[in-house]
Amino acid sequence: MSHYYEENDLERFDEIGKYRPDLYDIFMNYYQGVMSAGALTTREKALIALAVAHAVQCPYCIDAYTRGSLSAGSNLEEMTEAIHVAAAIRGGATLIHGIQAVNAAAKITL
Amino acid sequence: MLPFARQLEHLGYADLKAENVSTLQVNLGWRCNQACKHCHLMAGPHRPEQMERDTIDAVIRVAARWSIPTVDLTGGAPELNPHFEYLVEQLDRLGTHILTRSNLTILFEPGKEHLAEFYRDHRVELVCSLPYYQEDLVDRLRGKGVFQKSLEALRRLNRVGYGEPDSGLRLNLMYNPAGAYLPPEQGALEVQFRRELADRYDIRFHRLLTLLNMPIGRFKEFLERSRNYNRYMGKLVSGFNPATVPGLMCRTLISVAWDGRLYDCDFNQALDRPLLEGLPRTIGEFDLPTLATRTIRLGDHCYGCTAGLGSSCGGRLAQN
Repeated sequence: MSHYYEENDLERFDEIGKYRPDLYDIFMNYYQGVMSAGALTTREKALIALAVAHAVQCPYCIDAYTRGSLSAGSNLEEMTEAIHVAAAIRGGATLIHGIQAVNAAAKITL
Repeated sequence: MLPFARQLEHLGYADLKAENVSTLQVNLGWRCNQACKHCHLMAGPHRPEQMERDTIDAVIRVAARWSIPTVDLTGGAPELNPHFEYLVEQLDRLGTHILTRSNLTILFEPGKEHLAEFYRDHRVELVCSLPYYQEDLVDRLRGKGVFQKSLEALRRLNRVGYGEPDSGLRLNLMYNPAGAYLPPEQGALEVQFRRELADRYDIRFHRLLTLLNMPIGRFKEFLERSRNYNRYMGKLVSGFNPATVPGLMCRTLISVAWDGRLYDCDFNQALDRPLLEGLPRTIGEFDLPTLATRTIRLGDHCYGCTAGLGSSCGGRLAQN
């Protein structure tokens, strides 16, 4: 193994089902149900998935949902906006935790 | 990779048979004023292949003799053939439904400025290439300046009545992906295109058709150069959808090449894989009863028509 992340590993996803196929099947049914069109379109869901993929920094998911978003008819302008949403929420989440630091500091300072 | 013919055998198709010939798809030549990056025929301004007048007359004779309902004109840019207008006039006299696949920018070529009115006067149905509603993507795929010219051409077509709901002048758009991925679901993309083209550019059209990029010609070169070929083919094979097989366009169509030779589809023409042995070879030998029940020549590129919701010159083949 030359890298922790190998591109072809994405196609081996089903190997995760080898030891607990029951849990794998439950997950896959759930996953497919979630990603199917519902109140949101598959295009909207692919953009959300792309944003989350960046937030969790998963190269497999970024690859899959870049393709998924393009295949669903989205463009790079929309995809970039979605990634900015992830960045904004991550940034905001970091900053709001600054209040915890303020609180912690207040607790131990005179 | 499981050969396509074997894949069909598993479904019970020992051979894939035609159902009829309701469309004659006539390729008038590989010359084009554009040189799109995905073109399966590698068409462009310098291609010499052009259908000659005697072949065009043979097409007209076949359309008349066998009452072929639809003649679908393609290329290259079919309008660059010097006999294009003659062919349309003759087919119109026969009452044939005429469909032309236009790249839109042809309307601005010298001597072609009257085409919008010409199409209208002969009630030609148009299928116009527009892979997206954003300039950078269209120009990257089809050439610099193509997007703006395409918009202007669509506005011109709208002005003469094309794309209006009740005009009877059918204006359909053809989408293809700008890379190594499958087309979106046609209905959802049509809603998106209709909204964006109306809001941004005040352009109207009837239907959006989605077409997958076939892994041959220039697109295959791109796939190999970018090391996407195996993955793309894998996607097509794993996406094989049996529901697409009954509607495959080769089952109701014959493709006529610029030199008059007959093929099961434009893709087989690009690959120079003519009809199977024993069948008529040229438009001059056209025989409807034989061709309407022929066995179709298959290849692994056929996975391009059966992946996902399917793909054809008339758009997707299966519902969600």
